[in-house]
Amino acid sequence: MAVKKFVVGCFEDEKILFPAVKKVRQNGYKIHDVYTPFAVHGLDHAMGLRETTLHTAGFIYALTGTTTALTFISWIFTKDWPPNIGGKPHFALPAWIPITFELTVLFSAVGMVITFCYLCQMSPFIKKHVFHPRATDDMFVMVLEVSDRASEDEAANFLKSLGALEVEAQVAEEGWWLGRYDKATLAYERGQKGVIA
Amino acid sequence: MSLTKYESTQREPLVDGEKTYHDVTVDICHTIEVKPTRLWYIGFYISVAFLCFGAFAVYREVTYGIGQWNLNRTVGWGWDITNFVWWVGIGHAGTLISAILLLFRQGWRTGVNRAAEAMTIFAVMCAGQFPIWHMGRVWMAFFVMPYPNTRGPLWVNFNSPLLWDVFAISTYFTVSLLFWYTGLLPDLATVRDRAKTKLRKLLYGVASFGWSGSTKHWQRHESLALVLAGLSTPLVLSVHTIVSFDFATSIVPGWHTTIFPPYFVAGAIFSGFAMVQTLMLITRKVMNLQDYITLGHIEAMNKVIVLTGSIVGCAYLTELFMAWYGANLFEREAFFKYRLAGPYGWSYWLMMTCNVVSPQLFWFRKLRRNIAFTFIMSVVVNVGMWFERFVIIVTSLYRDYLPSSWPMYYRPTIWEVGFYLGTFGLFFTCYFLFSKYFPVIAIAEIKHVLKTSGESFKDKMEPLEKEEVEKFAHEMAH
Repeated sequence: MAVKKFVVGCFEDEKILFPAVKKVRQNGYKIHDVYTPFAVHGLDHAMGLRETTLHTAGFIYALTGTTTALTFISWIFTKDWPPNIGGKPHFALPAWIPITFELTVLFSAVGMVITFCYLCQMSPFIKKHVFHPRATDDMFVMVLEVSDRASEDEAANFLKSLGALEVEAQVAEEGWWLGRYDKATLAYERGQKGVIA
Repeated sequence: MSLTKYESTQREPLVDGEKTYHDVTVDICHTIEVKPTRLWYIGFYISVAFLCFGAFAVYREVTYGIGQWNLNRTVGWGWDITNFVWWVGIGHAGTLISAILLLFRQGWRTGVNRAAEAMTIFAVMCAGQFPIWHMGRVWMAFFVMPYPNTRGPLWVNFNSPLLWDVFAISTYFTVSLLFWYTGLLPDLATVRDRAKTKLRKLLYGVASFGWSGSTKHWQRHESLALVLAGLSTPLVLSVHTIVSFDFATSIVPGWHTTIFPPYFVAGAIFSGFAMVQTLMLITRKVMNLQDYITLGHIEAMNKVIVLTGSIVGCAYLTELFMAWYGANLFEREAFFKYRLAGPYGWSYWLMMTCNVVSPQLFWFRKLRRNIAFTFIMSVVVNVGMWFERFVIIVTSLYRDYLPSSWPMYYRPTIWEVGFYLGTFGLFFTCYFLFSKYFPVIAIAEIKHVLKTSGESFKDKMEPLEKEEVEKFAHEMAH
């Protein structure tokens, strides 16, 4: 993945973060991402992210489960192995509802979790750059993408003026790679972090 | 303007004390980052001892056959299936708390959902042991899976409730596990980013799947949690319904009743909440989490217990009424002659006392908020619920249609009891490991409700609220 320059601003309260996000967008900065310790409702809208369609995927997986169960059981019980249970009909739909329901839920849940992991690029042994260790603790970390030295300083000062507690410029690799969190994966990452401000 | 939704100050705070986001992290991660206490080691080793005994009991059963148990001609299901249903029932509270209470927007679930979900998974693991080892020739257990095989075209019977159970329990286990683990990801990342040792960084780094806390990921995470909750809600109801079908679709008097599904589901929630109480009361004390699992949480759960206990009581009475009103001789005898009275009459009345009479004490607010009383009640309820399953299973079987095949008084062997104790070992071994290595409270979710429901934040809200009601409501309610 590409190595880029970022300016990282830490906010300690969502009340400061929201107007900051708004102003940053108005001033034409490119927000790389905002990392938060919990789901801040409305932040996705403030950042202009579109709604997720994960639930649609879940619905499609659910239908797949229903279809699989019904076709599979009806093929077995009417074609491949029709058992004579007291002369009752082979196509015994009411008796198949429990398994059909369970498979619907199973397909949907498993499919959605796999899709979730795929979309968020998450898996064991995947590593991503941690812009600030307290982003998973108590800080709301806004990361701006900058192109050159001049805009870096400007962005840093702008974030400070919006109420960021800490501002830092970082050169980092975006995206994910295979790696472990106990090891610094890339050599260049060390020594290039300069704290402005 | 507040971004957080306003919560009335009339409501009890969900988090006590002056907490900041950072305090929440520190409080909950603390146990993971220090050496376990002596109490933890003692409890853990006792659990492992029980587990070993259980493993030995199972070894005997597999080696010498099912005859190691005292099951006989008519009592073909005894302690094993009783224990199976009991554990599955306990496994219902976790998903109820995390899924149904999420859909009902019950804020108090955040304090207990993580541990309750873990409890669900461990309880279902324990439950699964019983039907599997009861198969006798356990090396053929995979025959329950439908797959093309060389045994002719020989498939499983899709019309059988026992097969429905296989699907229900395995689906329930899988979905609960996924729900629990996706909820854990952000909290494992919190532990990872705080980690001081290399090993901890490595392990929690792997376990957290590279979670970063990105807004887009949170948005998907929320959507995933909501849909999984929506899926789990009917799922949790279906699982115990299907377990009850194991009995209700048979023609055994005492089992053949249409009230079974709702009755079993209510009983499952009842016993599950009792087990959550048992575990939470110990956990909050040992891990010093009284600020997060407050008296308010305990009271809320006791309310669920009194509600579901009363539903169960209604079901018992309905059963008796229908046994009389239905005018079926066999059913009437099964209930009034061999269940209420007869050699197992004591178990029926024990069940009645524990499940129907004693939970009614929770109508008193003082008792609902009394920790010692709650703890005793949580154990009493689970004893009662175990006897409910025993009553349903054994007292319906021990008097068959043919008096000549009436068996001797069924009492379990040491290996049957040992197997049961072994599942306690399994359950508590897992729970001890969980409480040491995982965040027992959902950190991110607590932070989410902190500013609306934390004690210190509510205190600040009060004077504001008093100033101008209209203006306040207008500004804060959205």
